[in-house]
Amino acid sequence: MPHRRLEPDATVIVLLKPLLRSLRDSLRDLLPIIAVVAFFQYAVLQQPLPELGRIASGVAMVLLGLALFVRGLQMALFPIGEEMAWNFVKRGSLFWLLVFSFTLGFGTTVAEPALIAVADEAAQVAAAAQVIGSGEEALSRYALGLRLTVAVSVGIALLIGVIRILKGWPVHYLIIGGYVGVVVMTGFAPPEIVGIAYDSGGVTTSTVTVPLVAALGVGLASSIKGRDPMLDGFGLIAFASLTPMMFVMLYGIVIG
Amino acid sequence: MDGLLHFGQTFLLLLRDVTPIAAILFGFQLFVLRRRINDPARTAVGMVFVVFGLALFLEGLELALFPIGRLMAAQLTAPEFIYGVAGIVTDPAWSDYLWVYAFAAAIGFATTVAEPSLIAVAIKANQVSGGTVSINGLRIAVALGVAVGVALGAFRIVTGTPLHWYIIAGYVVVIFQTTSAPRSIIALAYDSGGVTTSTVTVPLVAALGLGLAETIPGRSAILDGFGLIAFASLFPIIAVLGYAQLGQRRAQAVERKARKRGEAGSTDSHNPQISGDNAVSPED
Repeated sequence: MPHRRLEPDATVIVLLKPLLRSLRDSLRDLLPIIAVVAFFQYAVLQQPLPELGRIASGVAMVLLGLALFVRGLQMALFPIGEEMAWNFVKRGSLFWLLVFSFTLGFGTTVAEPALIAVADEAAQVAAAAQVIGSGEEALSRYALGLRLTVAVSVGIALLIGVIRILKGWPVHYLIIGGYVGVVVMTGFAPPEIVGIAYDSGGVTTSTVTVPLVAALGVGLASSIKGRDPMLDGFGLIAFASLTPMMFVMLYGIVIG
Repeated sequence: MDGLLHFGQTFLLLLRDVTPIAAILFGFQLFVLRRRINDPARTAVGMVFVVFGLALFLEGLELALFPIGRLMAAQLTAPEFIYGVAGIVTDPAWSDYLWVYAFAAAIGFATTVAEPSLIAVAIKANQVSGGTVSINGLRIAVALGVAVGVALGAFRIVTGTPLHWYIIAGYVVVIFQTTSAPRSIIALAYDSGGVTTSTVTVPLVAALGLGLAETIPGRSAILDGFGLIAFASLFPIIAVLGYAQLGQRRAQAVERKARKRGEAGSTDSHNPQISGDNAVSPED
């Protein structure tokens, strides 16, 4: 019995010590924002900060939240991503690894709130340019089509990215090829979709997906002989932000 | 009480976003790989930390940073602030907007430093590189890239120059840098373009773009307001590649100097290092 009473205490200390350290780190991370806001508010705009109490409590929440997130990252997201990469390699099932990569890319993107917002705005742009009807149904069909397009493109990005890690292809050939694709398609895409397409590359990689995908890539590269985790492990996120640009422009070309 | 309710909503929304991810992960782990989860208690606590931490983070931003950031973006771009009078700007000179560029750069830098997904990638890169890539060095390089990118993006909206020329020029620079940058940094540099624009940076940068596009005649909020995020994801690549190239050049300069000193030493008399080696080898 006595050692059972000890156990939670030890756990609490183990959990708390790194948490305090990351709390200090988050404070340091947040200082630039506080400095910028204060400088522009007082020195440039010359106005007092409204509702200081509200701001102070918000900052406290951000601090605690960031510290918890970084702890959770090290406890859950990183180990899961790496462990799954190991298991896939050990099992040697290429088919399931590829299915997993596509599903992860598609599944994490299709419900991404930032993407939903961009898709809705894009539908309004298309309606204003009279590419589609201005009815409620036409708008939501266009937005849904765009969301599915982006989600499929992120799935394909992870699929290609994982194949690249397995084969050891240099990342820059694929990325530069992608750039050329983007440039060529810019010439053909309707002008009103170009800005949205460029921005859609940035909104697809959410805060939960990024650590997972990074751990997956690094885990794959370090568990395959002849692959270097630094050279081959990174690059999945870059693919996931490049393919949506091309697919969104393609969507614009096909619909328009 | 109201705040608590709102936090609960944010938490539930995040939970809804994370559930499919968790389902995919554990579905594959249990049914395809047929492996049990290592240390399920630790994993569960970590997942709760991630979701709860993100919810707190977003809620705090919404409470403290976003309203004031949006307000500042609106005030800095308002004609009242720039020209001292309200009304419609007829022919904006790019130089009237210097404070806007300064704000764009400063807020781009500051929000990127606090971006959680960048922290994640920096931690991973530091682990993988065995400490060669420092966590804060990478974050500051990326943040500088975002700062330049967002400021240039604001300049583009003011001048009304086409977005794709900037992006294509940026690509050309990246391609040139790729040919000469150290190979080990290339993939990481490309990745750092995608991680800069998630939770913290996008809302503020989008507000700035919207504020600019709405107050300058001939700009449409929908057409010209977009594109700032593209700048914020392109320029970090250039910054990280440039940072690595600087490091490489400095290392090469040090090496060259050392070699020169070595050559000077060997012509003088004997190279001490070589004689040292000779002294050791007979014993083997």
